[in-house]
Amino acid sequence: MLRFLVRRIIGAAVILVIISAIVFVLFYAAPRDPARIACGKACTPETLELVRKNLGIADPLPVQYFDWLKGIFVGRDYTSFGHCHAPCLGYSFQSRESVLSTIADRFPTTLSLSLGSSVIYLIFGIGAGMLAAVKQGKAVDKIASSASLIASSMQIYVVGVLATYLLVDQWHLLDRASYTPFTDNPAAWAKGLLVPWIVLSLIWTANYTRMTRSQMVEALSEDYVRTARAKGMSRRTVFFRFAWRGAMGPIVTIFGLDLGVLLGGAIITESTFSLQGLGMLSVKAVSTNDLPMLLGVVMVAAAAIVVFNIIVDGVYAFIDPRVRLA
Amino acid sequence: MSTPFLSIRDLRVHFGTEDGVVKAVDGLSFDLEKGRTLGIVGESGSGKSVTNLAVLGLHDPRNTKLDGEILLDGKELITASEREMEQLRGNKMSMIFQDALASLSPYHTIGAQIGETYRKHTGASKRVARARAIEMLRRVGIPQPDMRVDDYPHQFSGGMRQRAMIAMALVCDPELLIADEPTTALDVTVQAQIMDLLKDLQQEFGTAIIFITHDLGVIADIADDVLVMYGGRCVEKGTKQEVLRTPEHPYTLGLLGSMPSLDGPVDVPLSPIPGAPPSLLNPPSGCRFHPRCTFAEKVPGDLCSTEQPALKLTDGRGSACHLTPEQKRELFADYATARTN
Amino acid sequence: MSSTTPLLDVAGLTKHFPVKGGFPIRRTIGAVQAVDGLDFQVAEGESLGLVGESGCGKSTTGRLITRLLEPTAGKISYRGQDITHAGRKDLAPIRSEIQMIFQDPYASLNPRQTVGKIISGPMEINNIKPEGGREKRVRELLEIVGLNPEHYNRFPHEFSGGQRQRIGVARALALEPKLIVADEPVSALDVSIQAQVVNLLQQLQRDLGIAFVFIAHDLAVVRHFSQRVAVMYLGKIVEIADRDDLYGNPRHPYTRALLSAVPEATADETPARERIRLVGDVPSPISPPSGCRFRTRCWKATDKCASEAPPLVQVEGNKPGHLTACHYPETADTVPSPHLTKDPEAAA
Repeated sequence: MLRFLVRRIIGAAVILVIISAIVFVLFYAAPRDPARIACGKACTPETLELVRKNLGIADPLPVQYFDWLKGIFVGRDYTSFGHCHAPCLGYSFQSRESVLSTIADRFPTTLSLSLGSSVIYLIFGIGAGMLAAVKQGKAVDKIASSASLIASSMQIYVVGVLATYLLVDQWHLLDRASYTPFTDNPAAWAKGLLVPWIVLSLIWTANYTRMTRSQMVEALSEDYVRTARAKGMSRRTVFFRFAWRGAMGPIVTIFGLDLGVLLGGAIITESTFSLQGLGMLSVKAVSTNDLPMLLGVVMVAAAAIVVFNIIVDGVYAFIDPRVRLA
Repeated sequence: MSTPFLSIRDLRVHFGTEDGVVKAVDGLSFDLEKGRTLGIVGESGSGKSVTNLAVLGLHDPRNTKLDGEILLDGKELITASEREMEQLRGNKMSMIFQDALASLSPYHTIGAQIGETYRKHTGASKRVARARAIEMLRRVGIPQPDMRVDDYPHQFSGGMRQRAMIAMALVCDPELLIADEPTTALDVTVQAQIMDLLKDLQQEFGTAIIFITHDLGVIADIADDVLVMYGGRCVEKGTKQEVLRTPEHPYTLGLLGSMPSLDGPVDVPLSPIPGAPPSLLNPPSGCRFHPRCTFAEKVPGDLCSTEQPALKLTDGRGSACHLTPEQKRELFADYATARTN
Repeated sequence: MSSTTPLLDVAGLTKHFPVKGGFPIRRTIGAVQAVDGLDFQVAEGESLGLVGESGCGKSTTGRLITRLLEPTAGKISYRGQDITHAGRKDLAPIRSEIQMIFQDPYASLNPRQTVGKIISGPMEINNIKPEGGREKRVRELLEIVGLNPEHYNRFPHEFSGGQRQRIGVARALALEPKLIVADEPVSALDVSIQAQVVNLLQQLQRDLGIAFVFIAHDLAVVRHFSQRVAVMYLGKIVEIADRDDLYGNPRHPYTRALLSAVPEATADETPARERIRLVGDVPSPISPPSGCRFRTRCWKATDKCASEAPPLVQVEGNKPGHLTACHYPETADTVPSPHLTKDPEAAA
């Protein structure tokens, strides 16, 4: 187990370094110069050079990249901002604020959005999928299957706008989407996020219903399920002890990856509901050529995916003893 | 003699599919006494596995139509409730399957899988069930059973997995054991071990065994009586000696002629059965074997293709064929001389 | 001179599959010794049977001969030409002469291709244009393997298992091979169909003079098909002999045990061979036993067996060409002492 963790963490670090290097190169491959944008209209070559130095982009690319990497581990010194403690992700070109604290500021919104909707779609998706699997071929199965097919073909921005219009503006059932920190007021936190949760989980529920159903149907046709029946186990026991165990592995795997992606920022959801999470932050960073911010968000997103990958593998090994961690 | 322990009368197992009704078993009858082993021989699609899944009531009721009678110790199984069947399965009757790796749950330890069967039927505690599992593993010849009881199936070798499966099937001392090709996936040396084990256990417990196989060699080793199935019907029945020495059905004869032996002549080609097993969706008319039968032309008229021959039994010995006994003696004689040489 | 050169000459053939592991960086930490130092020849038109239990390396051997796998060591010569490491170019003319038939007639045919396309595939790849066109040749081949030439445009799923295996045979025949490696060609088929395919292959061997390496676990089928038979155990040949010598006078304890374990379809109460029950399972090929690899299951094993690997030689009493790798070869009258063949666990 320890070996597995150490090996995977080393692997994860390598992946993150490669991703950051790619972002660096891609950013400079774009023809726009962040210094010129920051410098404004009346910009002399001297000021431009100064801005470059201030932004830390006067040096050659490998040096810049190395400085950035070094900042994460030991911190770095800026002429205009002073010392930045490790882990230092630098300062935004745009707002001049610390990237790390900006991300720390925005992350709770994304976290609340993804975790909340995950709970909803897991409960409903797996529940409906299992129900459909038990009642294979019956009306319940057909309704669940077609409903999930329709739901999964919907788009968040359409459903989001529609839900806001109907539930909030017309019927006044729920509150408009907003973010209140959980620690400030849990009730307001939940109330403000309910509409995005419902919308986001509607589409994901559909996916998980279909996946759970097909995994359960497959597991129910396994030989060991037949053996369990042959030794007198009831349908119920077989369903929950044997088949569910077999179906769980793939579901956990997909869920881990999905959650990783969601934590990196649900760009469309956040912009549909005007929530200031990581997704919105990354959009803004791209549109304003804000390299440090973009790198920071990409790193957090990539780290989320990588970390959940490791967790998934660990959980999978727990579910399926045939998988050994080494 | 009293009523047989297992009695099957005119069993029909039909599956509804999108293409039509598959008549997997179509009018099968046989009896089995305690302490005897009945070998059921047949090729893929002959209905041998379907029959035995029907005895255990393991077919999906949504697409399966069961007809006829299955009497286990006097109790009718076809009409029995699901709850009653659950009480019997793994307890009074149990089954071992061909592919032990796929048939054991990969997610539970060997001990847990054996123990839960015991607990289900005896209500024993976890501790008692575990001790019983270790005891059963010892009985089927697993070395260091107290250690291996906590292993998962994938940690066992092929032969050991099949032993574990047998331990699981026998944990509640069943009176009927159905073995569905239990040695087909195993190497010959391991197959020999497993068959010896089954024979020993049968002597010890007096279990009635149904042994399903496609291999007449295995039948010769383990069975007392033989039932040959073709296209969902019994075509020949008798003791092992009768069926192997003087086969009465052209299909049985064909099976024997298809099998190379370790001692027979090598320079003569095998005499295979032409054609392929029938489709059960549109089975041939009349005798289901007639399109592949080399003797069908010896029967006057088109009897073979129009009329299904009845299984005529005297003292449990007989076949379902339109050929007369005299014709068979004459036609099958070549075979007999080839076998004795 | 050429008459003494065997069609296929295999010397010291070895295949080790690396085992990965280690920490923190994965590296090769061991090897599965799938095949370890095989020597055998196949003469033109001859059929050599390779028998053994699962994991003995017989399939790996077949894949090495056809160069589907790269040998770790040893030498494979075809008609005196070293093809062990021959590149694509050097191999091209030989590839057509060595063909393979696979076990699974369902998995080894492309379901999206017609039978005609499947069988003419090898001709297309090797750019061979037979007289009268490829289609004519395919129809001929279908006829040879006992299929209806009119089925040229059908797809594999329209055929039964036995017919599919015939398609596989026709494909192998398309390039007029001199050697066919048949890896368990009948074991996936029903008994009555097995015999059809065995007869077909036998007829091809006789009529077309094709040599076979016939890999199977079924000793009776191998006996029926092969003039010479090699018995493998844990990656090594333990015994090789002419058919009658091997089945009639097995000298290696393993050969003898294997033969005695085959159930025969006779109703005789006294079996033709006294039964020898081997104990336990085949050891792991990652760390095979020292010396003789069979010693852990052998009732005759001594210290010598653990320290010294017996060479594959013509032991005393063997006819020429009958080679046995055993320190204490069996003789016709040795009867293994019964208490040693019992399960030690059960006895304890």
